[in-house]
Amino acid sequence: MVKVNGTELDVSGKTLAEYLATTSYDMKRIAVERNGNIVPKAQYSETVLQDGDSLEVVSFVGGG
Amino acid sequence: MIPTKEEWIKALTERHGKELQKAFSATTVAICGLGGLGSNIAILLARAGVGKLILIDFDRVDITNLHRQQYKADQIGMYKTDALADNLREIAPYIELEAHTERITENNAVKLLQSADIICEAFDKAEAKAMLTDIVLSELPDKYLVAASGMAGLGSANGIKTRRVTKRFYLCGDEVSDVNDGMGLVAPRVALCAAHQAHTVLRIIAKQFEV
Repeated sequence: MVKVNGTELDVSGKTLAEYLATTSYDMKRIAVERNGNIVPKAQYSETVLQDGDSLEVVSFVGGG
Repeated sequence: MIPTKEEWIKALTERHGKELQKAFSATTVAICGLGGLGSNIAILLARAGVGKLILIDFDRVDITNLHRQQYKADQIGMYKTDALADNLREIAPYIELEAHTERITENNAVKLLQSADIICEAFDKAEAKAMLTDIVLSELPDKYLVAASGMAGLGSANGIKTRRVTKRFYLCGDEVSDVNDGMGLVAPRVALCAAHQAHTVLRIIAKQFEV
């Protein structure tokens, strides 16, 4: 199981890119943190989610 | 009469204490985007006695900015970097300023930001916020990033919060109020978010890392 924004999901074994493709996140508006470190966008397709990982997807909104 | 630099430092030191003021003076903060967030952050940090600010924005002051950004009517048409530098020098005459009138991209971000200790993300567009977060946290891993997301509209002031996402990444705002969803940005709520960011910067300098 992988914890994503606090919720346990059965997505271990998938790449981060594969998991994100199943969600409604806009790829251009997010930053992803995995076990305390940012995952650079260029590494989404080679980052394989492991059992016990903790993932946080920060989805930015506009305004400033 | 503008006070001397010695008088200036003495007044700040009396307020903040010697150690803390020394730390504020020794810190360089980069401000990426000089709109409603960035112009307010810059003024707050200048007043607090931060030693150096790196100001970055490609845009000019427009009449539609004046309802929330720290510019004046007679500055319409000026580059924001120049206008804000003038305003900051009126407020804090001894602050060191480095201004870059250009757009921050994936290609120049590292070069523009590498001399900063702490970086404030103060862009308008969500895509630019995500891009800067990605670059700073992956390519400048020794920096702190203080970003903002969600401060539009007339929602409760109490919805604006600061969250420590990772060790070096803080996020201020309510994280949901998008500028395109409703009435757009309103001065006090944007200023609140900017104050969260500026305060987080000072707390990082003071080594108070927990929110």
